[in-house]
Amino acid sequence: MTSAIFLDNVSISYGETPITHDISLDIAEGESFALVGESGSGKTTVLRAIAGLAPEWTGTIRLLGEKRGHGVDRASVKACQMVFQDPYGSLHPRKTVDTVLSEPLAIHGIGNRGERVEEMLRAVGLDRRFRFRFPHQMSGGQRQRVAIARALMLEPKVLLLDEPTSALDVSVQAEILNLLKRLKREQKLTYLLVTHNLPVVSFLCDRLAVMRHGRVVEVARVVQLRSGDFSDPYARELYAASGGESVSV
Amino acid sequence: MSAPLLEVDNLRVSFPTHQGRVEVVKGISFTLGRERLGIVGESGSGKSMTGRAILRLIRPPGRITADRLAFDGTDLLSLPERKMRAIRGARISMVMQDPKFSLNPVITVGEQIAEALKVHASLPRGEVRGRVISMLEAVRINDPERVARLYPHEVSGGMGQRIMIAMMLIPEPDLLIADEPTSALDVSVQAQVLDIIDNLVTGKGMGLILISHDLNLVARYCDRILVMNAGEVVESCKAGELENASHPYTRGLLAAMPRLDETREELPVLDRAGWGGT
Repeated sequence: MTSAIFLDNVSISYGETPITHDISLDIAEGESFALVGESGSGKTTVLRAIAGLAPEWTGTIRLLGEKRGHGVDRASVKACQMVFQDPYGSLHPRKTVDTVLSEPLAIHGIGNRGERVEEMLRAVGLDRRFRFRFPHQMSGGQRQRVAIARALMLEPKVLLLDEPTSALDVSVQAEILNLLKRLKREQKLTYLLVTHNLPVVSFLCDRLAVMRHGRVVEVARVVQLRSGDFSDPYARELYAASGGESVSV
Repeated sequence: MSAPLLEVDNLRVSFPTHQGRVEVVKGISFTLGRERLGIVGESGSGKSMTGRAILRLIRPPGRITADRLAFDGTDLLSLPERKMRAIRGARISMVMQDPKFSLNPVITVGEQIAEALKVHASLPRGEVRGRVISMLEAVRINDPERVARLYPHEVSGGMGQRIMIAMMLIPEPDLLIADEPTSALDVSVQAQVLDIIDNLVTGKGMGLILISHDLNLVARYCDRILVMNAGEVVESCKAGELENASHPYTRGLLAAMPRLDETREELPVLDRAGWGGT
């Protein structure tokens, strides 16, 4: 199995400030991988570097076997897309759903746009009548569906999800999580998910990495998460804070 | 248990819209002793509005009506604004959701906490200072002398929220209303902050209303739970009996939450048409 995302000794900085130190990850194709940790631990920064939004890094990042450059380029954008945390902030307020979804197709010179947009709306569970709506005419869950649809328009193999459900209510969160699980099955996607909600990891992911102060402190399988079987003390603390019964060591 | 601390009967909050007045809280009733009450619900269920209505913090054109809204025997709705101000902060205080927007950015942390104390009592300066420092210690802030001199932008979110709690608890109120006190914080810090609130509340024998959208969290920290949906209380139960909740909305919420040891292939989704909710 080839790896979808491969990071070797990646250190990312914003200007003079180093954010992460020597991150190495190997995520297989079709896998769902989670990055968890407290705010400021650098988990979103890792996603941004993979997406090309944080260009100052050293080390190696490979996407589907291809070495990745530091900025945003056509090939990497087509292979890998990102869904942002806040559906209220990530959609252009003055563009309709149709415009938002057609734009990536226009940029990449892909035809047959009308049909593709309708098909994608159907895939994320939105009715046709949403096609010409503006973001303010939709609820938070519907907007997040549009944001996911936008990310999937170019048929990427890798989806980077930055806290996709933390701005949503519990019942809406369940809908979006189900949607993500179904899309992954149907389109054979690879997910890299950032969250601090461990139950979401348990539902959606196969493996997780616990980050703290810009380093990966532990990589575990999801079965370990379910039983709370962590070796790193910080990972155990996080598990206990999420309501898990701490296991005796 | 003595006389209830807070009595709420048929509380309604309404706002005018183009379609006429809309009620966001539709006649809820409960009483609170010196205990911990949790109010849970999704966005738009009216839980925050209930908290604000108790402190009369809803401005016109919003309107609060109730058959009875009494705190410690005093009717809050008929109280003149001057007397209401003496109750706010001193006897009932409220921790807001986001420390970033609730602390004054141009006043140091120490001064802000001292202000909460000085408004309600005139004390010598040395004593005020001493109480501020010991309060900061009580919310487990290391090096309180240094932190008291900092401005809000110089502290982290978790520390900011602890400062808010210090500010709200320093006048030693009888009732603390905490409106989503931890939803802006990390999981690991969340537990710390709630433990602090819990210790102080039980230690001083205060009443607590914890407003949150997180059922599990409320179940862990409260004695009693009210579940709200669309402005109404749909279920009221003891925290330990949440598992046996009977209302379909509560059951739906519980089922929709992924668990730490999740193995279900798909999460059940709330059938909104079933009970005519939002």
